[in-house]
Amino acid sequence: MQTAVKETQSTQHNSGVLKKRSLFDKTILKQAFFDSLKKFSIRTQVKNPVMFVVFVGTIVTLIEAAVRPNIFTISIAIWLALTIEFANFAEAVAEGRGKAQADTLKKMRTDSNARLLTDDDSETIVSSSQLKKGDRVVCEANDIVPSDGEIIEGIASIDESAITGESAPVVRESGGDRSAVTGGTKVLSDRIIVRITAEKGETFLDKMIGLVEGANRQKTPNEIALTILLAALTIVFLPVVVSLQLFAKYSDATIAVVTLIALLVCLIPTTIGALLSAIGIAGMDRLLQKNVLALSGRAVEAAGDVQTLLLDKTGTITFGNRMATAFIPVGDNSQEDVANYAQISSLSDETPEGRSIVILAKNEFNIREHEMGQDYEFIEFSAATRMSGINYEGNRIRKGAATFVAKWVEEQGGQIPDELATIVDSISKNGSTPLVVAVNDTIVGVIELKDVVKDGIKERFEQLRSMGIKTVMITGDNPLTAAAIAQEAGVDDFLAEATPETKMRLIKDEQESGKLVAMTGDGTNDAPALAQADVGVAMNSGTTAAKEAGNMVDLDSNPTKLIDVVEVGKQLLITRGSLTTFSIANDVAKYFAIIPALFSATYPQLNALNIMKLHSPKSAILSAVIFNALIIIALIPLALRGVKFKPQSATAILNRNIMIYGVGGVIVPFLGIKLIDLIITGLHIY
Amino acid sequence: MSFAITLLILFVGLGISWRYLGSYMANVYQGRVRFLHSFEKIIYAILDVDENSEQTWKGYATSLILFSAFGILFTYLILRFQGFLPLNPLHFGSVSPALAFNTSISFVTNTNWQNYAGETTLSYLSQMIGLTVQQFVSASVGIGVSIALIRGLARKNNPNIGNFWVDLVRGILYILLPIAFIGGLIFVGQGAVQTLAGPMVIHDALNNISQVIPRGPVGFMESIKQLGTNGGGFFNANGAHPFEDPTALTLILSVFLILIIPVSLTYTFGKMVNSVKQGLALLMAMFIIFSISLGIGVYAEMQPNPAVAQSHYVKQLNGNMVGKETRFGVPDTALYNITSTQTSTGSVAGANDSFTPLGGLVLLSGMMLGEVSPGGVGSGLYTILLFALIAVFIGGLMIGRTPEYLGKKIQSKEVKLAALGVLIMPITVLIITAIAVSVQAGISGPSNAGPHGFSEILYAFTSQANNNGSAFAGLNGNTAFYNITGSIAMILGRFGIIIPVLALAGSLGAKQTVPTSLGTFKTDNPTFTFLVIAVIIIIGGLTFFPALSLGPIIEMLLHGRFF
Repeated sequence: MQTAVKETQSTQHNSGVLKKRSLFDKTILKQAFFDSLKKFSIRTQVKNPVMFVVFVGTIVTLIEAAVRPNIFTISIAIWLALTIEFANFAEAVAEGRGKAQADTLKKMRTDSNARLLTDDDSETIVSSSQLKKGDRVVCEANDIVPSDGEIIEGIASIDESAITGESAPVVRESGGDRSAVTGGTKVLSDRIIVRITAEKGETFLDKMIGLVEGANRQKTPNEIALTILLAALTIVFLPVVVSLQLFAKYSDATIAVVTLIALLVCLIPTTIGALLSAIGIAGMDRLLQKNVLALSGRAVEAAGDVQTLLLDKTGTITFGNRMATAFIPVGDNSQEDVANYAQISSLSDETPEGRSIVILAKNEFNIREHEMGQDYEFIEFSAATRMSGINYEGNRIRKGAATFVAKWVEEQGGQIPDELATIVDSISKNGSTPLVVAVNDTIVGVIELKDVVKDGIKERFEQLRSMGIKTVMITGDNPLTAAAIAQEAGVDDFLAEATPETKMRLIKDEQESGKLVAMTGDGTNDAPALAQADVGVAMNSGTTAAKEAGNMVDLDSNPTKLIDVVEVGKQLLITRGSLTTFSIANDVAKYFAIIPALFSATYPQLNALNIMKLHSPKSAILSAVIFNALIIIALIPLALRGVKFKPQSATAILNRNIMIYGVGGVIVPFLGIKLIDLIITGLHIY
Repeated sequence: MSFAITLLILFVGLGISWRYLGSYMANVYQGRVRFLHSFEKIIYAILDVDENSEQTWKGYATSLILFSAFGILFTYLILRFQGFLPLNPLHFGSVSPALAFNTSISFVTNTNWQNYAGETTLSYLSQMIGLTVQQFVSASVGIGVSIALIRGLARKNNPNIGNFWVDLVRGILYILLPIAFIGGLIFVGQGAVQTLAGPMVIHDALNNISQVIPRGPVGFMESIKQLGTNGGGFFNANGAHPFEDPTALTLILSVFLILIIPVSLTYTFGKMVNSVKQGLALLMAMFIIFSISLGIGVYAEMQPNPAVAQSHYVKQLNGNMVGKETRFGVPDTALYNITSTQTSTGSVAGANDSFTPLGGLVLLSGMMLGEVSPGGVGSGLYTILLFALIAVFIGGLMIGRTPEYLGKKIQSKEVKLAALGVLIMPITVLIITAIAVSVQAGISGPSNAGPHGFSEILYAFTSQANNNGSAFAGLNGNTAFYNITGSIAMILGRFGIIIPVLALAGSLGAKQTVPTSLGTFKTDNPTFTFLVIAVIIIIGGLTFFPALSLGPIIEMLLHGRFF
């Protein structure tokens, strides 16, 4: 069992094509620097209302600096330009990471030759880019699959590492849920005929490149709402600053235009405004690092809102293979006897169940593998006999379904002990499968085979519950078995004897009560439910229909990933919210830096508000502007990595983030501005 | 000591009203109070309203605007033609167009900004049919809007937010009239005048001069003036006049009447959304801001007046008595005026202009924070709900979910409307004040120069845009410039918020409700109260801090200390 766990973990951690890059990969940073300079255009800046105000302010300051050059105006102009540059750079770094990955993928998108089957079944060689939907192509060993398609004939092992990063080949065959092939993957053996389902430009690889590049990234609903709030907080400061000039005039004070612009830039939420798009891009990128391809940013955001998770039992909650968990003796036999015979009968049994029996016997009773020699005959399992076994040292040992083994024992004149029926029944009720072990005419005992729940899954569900997410286990098992496993795994609810229809109804019911539902699926019959769910994660191993219906594709085909997806979605929103709070909280200190400086000539008494004891009005204003710019650079890693997220209740998360980003957001700029003031004073600039 | 008892009585009294009046008001607006139903039906028949048919937000807003426009026109005509109308014992002539325009808007918007002295300008008919009627209906309109917003939050998949006419009638019949009647009896019982007999003329035979002492239907107007958080009194001296506010008891009653509906509405809200704790969280935010303001304000006023202190002949043992009624003393006057500026009422028992700079700052800040502590009748609740939505949005993002309030997702449309509703007031105040300090017509308004003159102008527009109506005095507001700019401020401050609020109600009501879970952002606990306060203070503070620094703050500093 231990080894099995390790296996699943190791597949989770494979890095794939979209391999992890260090946050500050040097080539990306270099490229990002050049890209960021290109963003100094009205067309780019106007998309972001906050930074656009800074942009206009910078231009005005530059003109002012040109007309009346002095160190103060020039320094302000430089630092305002740097503020924009830092915002551009943040976005460029986030995009750069995607672009680097897209470049790797693009290398695979080279035109290859396709062996097109004409109507009379003869082959012609055409370029893969000329393929139309519905065309049939032949692929043999070492051929690259020319485009996405469905196998209509044959079976082949395929190397999908180009897409998934998983080096072990997978088997794809016509019919059923394993018939989809992806363009760019390589056939390793055999011959298949593929019907093309995607033309050039719309293949999975094309989509993937588009997504990774973030070329047509749409703003997500929450991002739009936040942009509106930030725009409102920007707009309100325009009358604040303009009216201040008129108020000052009434009070016989004058404020230089440059100073007013500096005040405006410091007040509008530049920190979050500068980092907002980088946060969004980085969120998608974090999902990619987990080998999940989100087909829309909206889906990533919806993942954070999910309140119900539908999880397939097999593969997600349990390992999917039943494993031996107990040996129960019958009659005079001891547990060890059962273990011993069960082990011998399974030594040549290469099924996962058989291997699990050997392992359990070894672990619990330290029964070593017998030296079998040559003197044995292995009896393979057949549907007719419903048992397997071994003839060894004159003994005939069998294990199998209770009724069949009993019949076999009776045929040899043996007796069936009364207790057997009770034991078998109780095992069945627990949701496990009983295997009866017999030696010649005696029933020795029963092996309990269990659908084993993955380690740590229960804790995972507990975390989800603390986050207010309900888990529902979906299984084809009967309600009794399902209930037993559901209880063991700690899911909140289960859907037994699930059919596509009942699954669909469950999703609709949950949605009608206002909840957002996430699910995973791979089969064609999952497609309607995947489409209906708010977050539908299709397994890359699944059918084209499933992949098209869902809004995310898991390249690792690991259903447990759904939980990671939810966490990434939440983290994305938390990062935005926290940086918004931080940005607004910063304004308090900036006021205390700038307001006393503004009217120092007319009302020197206002210096009482200069609680940071900044050196001079000019150094105060410049320090605030420099802080405002540098904080953007300082927060880029946080924006890209996301705010630390621990699964906790909403209240706990909120309290933590209010303390760090709210209270911290008030305090940090006081320290930062003071420090900068000390430095520029020390440099004797003022 | 006696001040502590005053506070205790108010606290207990308001606590009881919160629970019972709050619950009663929920019943009224949910149609469960019917003891006057036969009378109601007659009104609906006259108005041609089907009491069971509800309106969408657009229908509700249209009715509200039409009704208010009619109210402005009706009041305007009465003021303009009062010279030809009855109940005018002193034979006052018609009110000038600009003043009549300003005054009618002022009372329809629940502001009660008064650019006139009531006893020397208006006839009894103008006071009663013109102004007092508006004091009832404008209050009921405000409560109705807050109820409509509550309905939006409480409902699910329903774009209707109630019927404006039904809310209007029920608010007046079941809430305002009964309480105002009882309050009026106490005022009159304590000695507030209530007569149509005209002024009293007292002849001083010794000096051979006659003194004309104005009287009028004062007592009952006083009751609804406070209860409806209107603030417009019969006399120019407002609550400082012994005919309006005869005893210490009526002063406490005034404070009680001002607070009773805004405070109790938080219970109504809680009850209608099925969670009293939700209402309590908002009440606590109101209470904390109010308490801090009151504490600072009373403390500031208990200090000697810095200008008087320069004279060595006067000892100020009882704090800053300048501009305060000796009958009431410093703390009670401060309580009255601070309550009135925290509730968009605007009535005064002493001169705001004579408050210490810090005391004046407290009066101003109550309004600048948006009149939410607890704010005017209805307007306090719906405005704090706008702040709550912004708090929910920022806080909700911080927990990693699409923010939701009471199960309603707060998305771009809601953010847009809430931000509009919250920011219209500061933008209005700043722009109009900026115009006033830049044109000669505006600059000639204040009687003081320098920072205090600036404070007077800033105060005037802050008061009007918040539908408060109190004045920092010192400003000659009865000019064409101030009458017109003030009217614009009052209209934007009233309808500029009401319309987004109603749109929000419609948008929220039509939404599906998300069920609560552990992952839900909690809005009924102290953390949320803290967040709401933070949003209120940050938005108010950030927008007004620069302006304040040129007004009250520099005044304080010029006095050499903070009070």
